[in-house]
Amino acid sequence: MLAAVLSLTVLGAALGLVLGVAGKFLAVEANVAVAEVEKLLPGTNCGQCGFPGCAGAAVAIAAGEASPACCPPGGKAVAMAIAERLGVALDAASIDDDGPQLALVAEDLCIGCCRCLKSCPTDAIVGAPRQIHNVLRDACTGCAACLEPCPTEAIRLVPMPVTLPHWVMPRPLAA
Amino acid sequence: MGLMEKCFGFSWGVHPADHKRPAADAPVRVMPMPERLFVPLAQHLGAPALPAVLAGQKVKKGERIANPQGAVSAAIHAPAAGVVTAIGEIPAPHPSGLPVLAVTIEVDGEEACDGADGGPPPCDDPFALDPAEIGRRVAQAGVVGMGGAAFPSALKLSSSKKAGVETLIINGGECEPYLSCDDRLMRDEAPAIVDGIRIMLHATGAREALVGIERNKPEAIAAMREAARAHGDVTIRPIPVRYPMGSEKQLALTLTGREIPAGRLPADAGVVVHNVGTAKAVSEAIRHGRPLISRLVTVNGGAARAPGNILAPVGALVADVLAFAGGLKEEPARLIMGGLMMGMSLPHARVPLVKGTSGILALSAAEVDDRAPDPCIRCASCARACPMGLLPLEMARHIAADDFAGAAGRGLKDCIACGCCAYVCPSRIPLVQYFAHARGRLAAEERARLRLDATRKMAQAKSARLAAEAREKAEAAARRKAERAAAAAKAKAAAEAEAAASEEARALVDA
Repeated sequence: MLAAVLSLTVLGAALGLVLGVAGKFLAVEANVAVAEVEKLLPGTNCGQCGFPGCAGAAVAIAAGEASPACCPPGGKAVAMAIAERLGVALDAASIDDDGPQLALVAEDLCIGCCRCLKSCPTDAIVGAPRQIHNVLRDACTGCAACLEPCPTEAIRLVPMPVTLPHWVMPRPLAA
Repeated sequence: MGLMEKCFGFSWGVHPADHKRPAADAPVRVMPMPERLFVPLAQHLGAPALPAVLAGQKVKKGERIANPQGAVSAAIHAPAAGVVTAIGEIPAPHPSGLPVLAVTIEVDGEEACDGADGGPPPCDDPFALDPAEIGRRVAQAGVVGMGGAAFPSALKLSSSKKAGVETLIINGGECEPYLSCDDRLMRDEAPAIVDGIRIMLHATGAREALVGIERNKPEAIAAMREAARAHGDVTIRPIPVRYPMGSEKQLALTLTGREIPAGRLPADAGVVVHNVGTAKAVSEAIRHGRPLISRLVTVNGGAARAPGNILAPVGALVADVLAFAGGLKEEPARLIMGGLMMGMSLPHARVPLVKGTSGILALSAAEVDDRAPDPCIRCASCARACPMGLLPLEMARHIAADDFAGAAGRGLKDCIACGCCAYVCPSRIPLVQYFAHARGRLAAEERARLRLDATRKMAQAKSARLAAEAREKAEAAARRKAERAAAAAKAKAAAEAEAAASEEARALVDA
C-alpha cells in the first residue's frame, strides 16, 4: 500500500516537474506577426476596415483573412509595409489611394455640438459648445470617424495640401 | 589625394565649358531699389523665420522684420526703407511654384543709414570679441551660407568651435558654369573677404584658412594674394578647374587631402567650409553692423542681353533684376536660379531673389536640350564621372522600379546632386531628377512613419483617458452608493434608538 502511494507520488512529482520546465522553456509565443502588423497599423481603432479595432485587423491580416490593403487611413504606404513584413505579393497600382487626407470643418455649417470631438480617436478636433470647431492638422489621421456623428454634414475629408518643404520632385518620364 | 590622381589627374567630375566671360569681366552694376520687395521668410535651411512686423508698419533699411525660430533658422532684415503692405503667400523661387510666406515692402525711397536697429553693433576690433559673441552678432545680421545651400552661418561657426576644427576652408572655387559672382567679389572686395576670413578664424578657433580658387580666375587669385599677403594664417591655393570642385567634400579633399567620411560632417575631418561671399557678409556684419540684405547675382545665359554681375537687394523680383540687367534678347527657353548644374528651374520670373541666389540664368533655345531621353545603354559613363564614387545607373534603375530602399542602399544619401552623371549621359537620362524624386519619397515615407507614431500615441492617450474617466465615474458611483447605504443605516439606527428611548420613556411613565 505505502509502496504504491509513494511510487505514484514520486512519479507524479517528477513528471509534473518535467512538464513545468518544458512549459517554461518550450513555450510557443503568441504570433509575433500579429504584434508587428499591429505596430504598422495607425492604431486609431477607427473601424473602417470592418474589424474590431487595429488589433482585430492585425489578427485578420496576419491570418491571411484580410488584405494588407484593408486600412483606408493607412493607404498605400501602410499596405506596402505590411505586405513586405508578411512576405505577401501586393500590386502597388491596385491599391486605391487618394493620398493622405485631412478632416475639414465647414465653418458656415458647424453648429458647435461637440459630437465630433467625442468621436475623434486622436483628439484632433478642438471646440466648445456653440463655438465653431476646428481640426488640428498635425493630429488628424483622416480616419473619417467624425463624418458620421456630425448632424449638419459640416465635416468632409480633403487631400492633405502639398507645402513647399513637403514637395516631392515628380518622377521623370521613363525612357 | 590618391597617387592615381596625382599622376593622371582627377578620376572624378566633369569639365563643362564655363561660359563665365564676358560676364565676369564686366564691372558690378548696382541695382536701384524696385518699387516693391517680396522678402520670403524661408530663405535658409531649417525653420522659416517668424515675422516681427505688422502689415502697415513702416520699416527702416536694415530693420529686423523676422526673427529666427527653432534651432536652425536665421533672422531676416528689411532690404530697404518702406511700408510693409502685406505678410502673405507669394510664389516661391522653386521649381514647384508653390507659395511661400513673404513680407511685402512698398519701398518709399528714404534711404536710412547703415547699422539701423536690428543688426549687430559696429565694432572696430573684432579680435577682442569673444568667439561666441561673434557667432551671436553673425546670427543677428541674419548671415547664411552664400554658396547656395543657405545654411545659417552662426550655427556653423559655433559648432566648429565646439568640434575643435583645425582648418577653415574658404570656397572660392565657383566651379559652376556661367556663374561669376564669387569671382567678381574676390576681384573687387578681396580685403573685406580676407578680413571676414580672419574674423571667422577667430570665431571658429581654427589655426589656418585655406582659400581654394580655381585656376580659371587668375585676376581673383592675384587680388586675394595681394590682400592676404600681410596675414600668414590665410593661404590662397589655386586649384585645378574641375566640376564639382566647389563641393564641400571635393574641396576639402583637394586642399587638405582629408576625406570627409560618408554620412558625416566636415567637422569630423577637422575642417569647415565657408563661401567667400559668406566671409564678406561676416566682415560687413561684424565691422559695420550691416545685416545681409543684398548680394551679388550673376545674370547670364544666351537669352540675356547684357550678362554681368548685379548687386541686387534680397526680395527683388527676378523679372526686375533681368530688366535692370539689360533685358532679354528672346523669351528664355529655361530660367534657372543658381548655377547651370545644380540650380533650380523657375516656373516664371515673378519670384523673388533670396540670400542664397548666386545667379539667374536665362537660357536660349540653343542652350537647352529638350530631346526625350533614350534607354540606358549601361555604358557606365555616369559611374566614372560621379565624384562620390556611386553608380548612378544602378540607383536610377531601382528608382524607376519604385524601389527607393534599394536606391538608398546603393548610396543615394551620399549623392550630392552635382549633376555630373546627367551631364555625361549619352542617353540624356535625367538622373538627378530620379535621385531628387527618390529622396523626396523617402523623406515623405519617414514623415508618414513619424506621424503614424505620433497619432498612435494620441489615440492611446485618448483611450487611456476615457478608461480613467469611466473608472473614476464608477468609483464615484460606488462611493455615493456606499454613502447612501451608510446614511440609511445610520438613520435606521437612530430611528431604532429613538424608538427604544420612547419605549423606555413609556415604561417609565407606566411605572
